[in-house]
Amino acid sequence: MDVVEEHDIQDKHTKKKTKKPKKQPKPPHENGNDSMIEKTEPEHVDAPAEFSFPPTFSVSEIKNKQRRHLMFMKLKQEKRKQKVAIKKKKKKERDALGDKAPPKEVPKTIENQRVYDETTVNPEDEEVAFDEGTDEFSAYFNRLTNPKVLITTSDRPRGRTVRFCNQLATVIPDAHVYYRRGLALKKVIPQCIARGFTYLMVINEDRKVPNGMVLCHLPDGPTAHFKVSSVRLRKEMKRRGKDPTEHSPEVILNNFTTRLGHSMGRLFAALFPHDPQFVGRQVATFHNQRDFIFFRFHRYIFKNEKRVGIQELGPRFTLKLRSLQKGTFDSKFGEYEWVLKRHENDVCRRRFNL
Amino acid sequence: MQHDDVIWDVIGNRAFCSFKVKTKVQNFCRNEYNITGLCNRSSCPLANSQYATIREEKGQCFLYMKVIERAAFPARMWEKVKLSKNYEKALEQIDQNLIYWPRFIRHKCKQRFTKITQYLIRIRKLTLKRQRKLVPLSRKVEAREKRKEEKALIAAQLDNAIEKELLERLKQGTYGDIYNFPIHAFDKALEHQDEESETDSEEEEEEDDEDVGKKEFVAEDEIEESDLNHSHFDRVEEDESEEEMEEEPEASGSKGKMPLKGAVFRKKRAYVEIEYEQEMEPVPKSKAT
Repeated sequence: MDVVEEHDIQDKHTKKKTKKPKKQPKPPHENGNDSMIEKTEPEHVDAPAEFSFPPTFSVSEIKNKQRRHLMFMKLKQEKRKQKVAIKKKKKKERDALGDKAPPKEVPKTIENQRVYDETTVNPEDEEVAFDEGTDEFSAYFNRLTNPKVLITTSDRPRGRTVRFCNQLATVIPDAHVYYRRGLALKKVIPQCIARGFTYLMVINEDRKVPNGMVLCHLPDGPTAHFKVSSVRLRKEMKRRGKDPTEHSPEVILNNFTTRLGHSMGRLFAALFPHDPQFVGRQVATFHNQRDFIFFRFHRYIFKNEKRVGIQELGPRFTLKLRSLQKGTFDSKFGEYEWVLKRHENDVCRRRFNL
Repeated sequence: MQHDDVIWDVIGNRAFCSFKVKTKVQNFCRNEYNITGLCNRSSCPLANSQYATIREEKGQCFLYMKVIERAAFPARMWEKVKLSKNYEKALEQIDQNLIYWPRFIRHKCKQRFTKITQYLIRIRKLTLKRQRKLVPLSRKVEAREKRKEEKALIAAQLDNAIEKELLERLKQGTYGDIYNFPIHAFDKALEHQDEESETDSEEEEEEDDEDVGKKEFVAEDEIEESDLNHSHFDRVEEDESEEEMEEEPEASGSKGKMPLKGAVFRKKRAYVEIEYEQEMEPVPKSKAT
């Protein structure tokens, strides 16, 4: 039976391919034929019955590749049709019920299904508040220090990296770019501290493209090592605005929920001066999504109290945290607070750290 | 018996020598015991019965001397002498061991030893400096990460998030009095009458000042109320916007944008006013209570 059916179907297909839609007047297959040729009819309740495959049938068991392909395509079409039919039915039911219809189901997203991280910070958590009152950033948040950033690169930077550093320096107020002349970071750090810098940012380069960033909070602060990707310089931005002005931008930090994310947020916040100058209407955003931190720099304008227009200036890049180390930069003897271990995150797709 | 000349004739000139590397100008010898590295009659370790070299192993230099009597046992043919770490002492050692040896070999040994010590010093210096650590990237992993990043970017909906955040901040009043959009706040005050009413009350007072002048108008000419108020508001709002315009050019200093912004503001202002006009009706009611 199966073989015969397949054979007939195969014939029909081949005939269709030769662009001769012969309506074969074979009574048992008539409906099926119609369903094959008139694909636009979604609800052809009879057709699936004709072509309902016996339960033990599997497309992968056909040895002939062409035939197998055809059967698979048919299977797909059937499934699609069924799906559309179900949707229509549901819609009808929903319309029929009107107001009494059950609320629309929310589709599952990775954010919805995220594995609950036990280090998620509760806004009222006292312990966290106490920690933050006494950690390395407390000096900044208590307005004792003003941020001063030193931006440098790895050895022998290429044009793209240099331009990126310069653009970063325009985005972050009070940032200075220095050429790295093969100096060791451990020797650079005491000099920076002596000159009153609060942040050291090193952009690492590979194959003429920036690919890593080491962000070191200076007096004795944590060192974060990021992987940098998708760097877009100002030239490459579409519909961008004019160059950023000297005003201090506002800072937006989105989605930093866990304890680690919290410290990251503070790390980024301390890069910028305390009081943003609203006159400048510039905003720097660090948005965390699935452990990727997207940086954007915009100029905004309020059209009315319900609409705001934003225009992207400035470079954009994404960061992924690789490791967070407690003291200043010391890769050998430093104490690592957190290190990215790939196998941890490979286990569950819905587990994130930030 | 070792016939050096015959050996040299064969391997050096006529037939094949597996250690010989031929280049356009010169021939090199890849034999590890060769003292100069060139393929010469005097430097060939195979074609010289009396031969010595300096070789270095893990920072230690040795003087190797060929004992031709043991030519039949190649594994035991070379005698090793460990040289002192002190440069001068080592040179003396070489001299002592190679006394009565041909000048050429003695000289070349010392030269080679000097070169070796120099490069050992350089190695030690370099290890003290910064060493670049190369981390291998796995192509699969990188491709996976890139894909994840793209998906995350789509899920993030950055523009919407930023706009929402900015509007939130505007509502909460972090911008203070810079932007004059009192309507929404006013509505909130009417609906909720929460803490927000404190900030709104200031705005209400401002409106009161405006109203004081106009209240009489409203009372007297009720028919033409809408028209009069409308026109009045136009003028008032434009004055306000003009004031703002004067402030901002001084403050920001970006010239290109200003005239545009002014025009935008004015047009939008006119638009807003019409709505404002409608919202004004509840005012008298609240004042009554």
